[in-house]
Amino acid sequence: MSVGLTHYLVVSLLLFCLGLFGVLVRRNLLVMFMSLELMLNAANLALVAFARYHHNLSGQIMVFFIITVAAAEVAVGLALIVALYRQRRTAHVEDLASLRL
Amino acid sequence: MIDLFAWLILGLPLLAAAAITLFTLPDAAKSARLSIGAVLLAFLGSLILWARDATGEPAVTWLALGTGTGGLQIELGLKLDPLSRLMLLVVTGVGSAIHIYSWGYLHADRNRGRYFAGLSLFTFAMLGIVLANNFLMLFIFWELVGVSSYLLIGFWFARPAAAEAAKKAFLTNRLGDFGFLLGIILVWAALGTLSFTELEARLADDPAALGAAASVAGLLIFCGAMGKSAQFPLHVWLPDAMEGPTPVSALIHAATMVAAGVYMLCRVFFVLAVPGSVALELIAWIGGVTALLAALLAVQQNDIKRILAYSTLSQLGYMVLAVGVSGASRDPSVAMYHLTTHAGFKALLFLGAGSVIHALHHEQDIWKMGGLSRRLPITFWTFLLATLALCGVPPLSGFYSKDAILARTLESGHHGLFALATLVAALTTFYMFRLVFVAFTGPAKSQAADHARESPPVMTLPLLALAVPSVLAGFWGIHRVYGAQYGAEPAAAGSWAQQLVEPFAHAPLAAGAGLAAALMGWLGAWAWYRAALQDPLPARFATVARWLRDRLYFDELYERLIGWTQESLARLADGVDRWVIMGVAVKGTHGTFELLGRLLRLAQTGNLQTYAFVLVAGVALLLFLVMAR
Repeated sequence: MSVGLTHYLVVSLLLFCLGLFGVLVRRNLLVMFMSLELMLNAANLALVAFARYHHNLSGQIMVFFIITVAAAEVAVGLALIVALYRQRRTAHVEDLASLRL
Repeated sequence: MIDLFAWLILGLPLLAAAAITLFTLPDAAKSARLSIGAVLLAFLGSLILWARDATGEPAVTWLALGTGTGGLQIELGLKLDPLSRLMLLVVTGVGSAIHIYSWGYLHADRNRGRYFAGLSLFTFAMLGIVLANNFLMLFIFWELVGVSSYLLIGFWFARPAAAEAAKKAFLTNRLGDFGFLLGIILVWAALGTLSFTELEARLADDPAALGAAASVAGLLIFCGAMGKSAQFPLHVWLPDAMEGPTPVSALIHAATMVAAGVYMLCRVFFVLAVPGSVALELIAWIGGVTALLAALLAVQQNDIKRILAYSTLSQLGYMVLAVGVSGASRDPSVAMYHLTTHAGFKALLFLGAGSVIHALHHEQDIWKMGGLSRRLPITFWTFLLATLALCGVPPLSGFYSKDAILARTLESGHHGLFALATLVAALTTFYMFRLVFVAFTGPAKSQAADHARESPPVMTLPLLALAVPSVLAGFWGIHRVYGAQYGAEPAAAGSWAQQLVEPFAHAPLAAGAGLAAALMGWLGAWAWYRAALQDPLPARFATVARWLRDRLYFDELYERLIGWTQESLARLADGVDRWVIMGVAVKGTHGTFELLGRLLRLAQTGNLQTYAFVLVAGVALLLFLVMAR
């Protein structure tokens, strides 16, 4: 049995769903954040697989962009989480229901 | 030249009113001089117009919208014909006497400036009614008369009764005027013009031009006369209007303004008398009912001015009756005849009453007078002359005009109305001689009456002046002048002796019945009131007397009716406001959005993961919808 596009896509789907599940059910902001990254990478995987099987490099270039943006997002997101933690002394989303500091 | 004269007569009183209001209000003497001067000049002008036999219609176009029959074209013009010229003489003549009398009557009042301004404004408005050549102008002056009447009834506005009476008069008049305006609009819609001359020409060309609306239009126009001439059922304001100064009562509420309704009916008689209209029949009966009702009510009044007020109502009823029964002959000149003679002797009666009130320091109850014939001789004799004229005793003026009405009623075949009018004649003599006996003869019934002194010449001279037409107006051929207006062939004026007995030769039954009725009334008054110290009627006919004294409870009835209507309307408006506007509109809107907001707030938990879940669920739903196709 050879590994085809479908296999990659299924893995990508599983990864995406894992990430989504993590975002929806985990209470810790950091874990949610990591789950988000997982969802991004699931998308990356799908894009790379499409590029490989369609012989079109646009997908790979798109992935570079996504990695770049994700790096920036991580930097900002982590900074925000740290700042929030310093203020509230918690990283649990349930304790962060109010916009007021 | 004549045109200028007519405009000048109309304008002079207005000028006087404006000058008094703007410049001389605090200066009573100057104001009075202006006002009296204006009305005297107007009288002079009227005499010249009369002597020159002027006819015509000097007019200026005021407003023209569109052209032809569909457009609205209004000309302000003056109508000079026998009717208006003679009426001018009446208004300015009686007006002059009363203006002068006012100076004496109100010598102690500080606000005479305002009084004379009002009097001049009234004269202006009344002359406008007399001279108007179209319905619109007539209506404008009609309202102006209402306003000046309001101002003058309420002259002593600090007295609550006077303020109330002024309001009542104005509002009752407005009620009639509303119908009048509708009638004018109806006539304009049907015939496309408001000018009297054109209207008459059109109706002469095509008597059916008004069609089925003829009766309605006639009755609506009569509504105006009903208000102004205080005909039943809008008669309630006139007795209350006696709260005004007595000269005002004499000028406005006896001689001129209340006669304006009758004058208007005669002016537009061609609209009322179109074939197929039932308006005149109804007008005749309303006039008759008013005459009888007012005469009955006058029997049990004790206020000297109120007796005269009811007597005025009763006589106005006669005039309206005369208009109503003139349909067959197409000539309402008898109404104008009685109006003219009545203006003289009724003004004289009121001025006489004013002189009595003045001498008794504002005592108006006749049961506190008595014995005044010796103390106020000029007042008594002129008052007696006017009373005899009012009662229709030959050869005084009232006899001829009243007899003309009785004869006309009989000739037109209204036998019921003739009997009614004769009964009213008997009642008239009864209540007038009740007044004369109680107030002027017998012992003095109060200290004030015992010490009364005759009024100054400025008041007695107008009395003497007005006594002249009261006595002689029957011989001046007034009915021939008015007859010419309506195209009657001019009868040759006979000698004095012939004129004296003319009614007996012309319609012996009417003249005889009228005289007999007057005699009966006099006998009744003589028997009961010759030496009465208090009214014998309440003791004999307690219930009837009480009902008559309380004016048959018309005021109470109207008060209840209006109160009830007002209350119901207010309740309805309150309900709409409370339930529809406040409840449904305001509270409904507010409630809906409040509920919606509360529901939406449930979704706003603040929990990040709930939002994320809703977002994912939404995306899933969209995907499902897109994919499932």
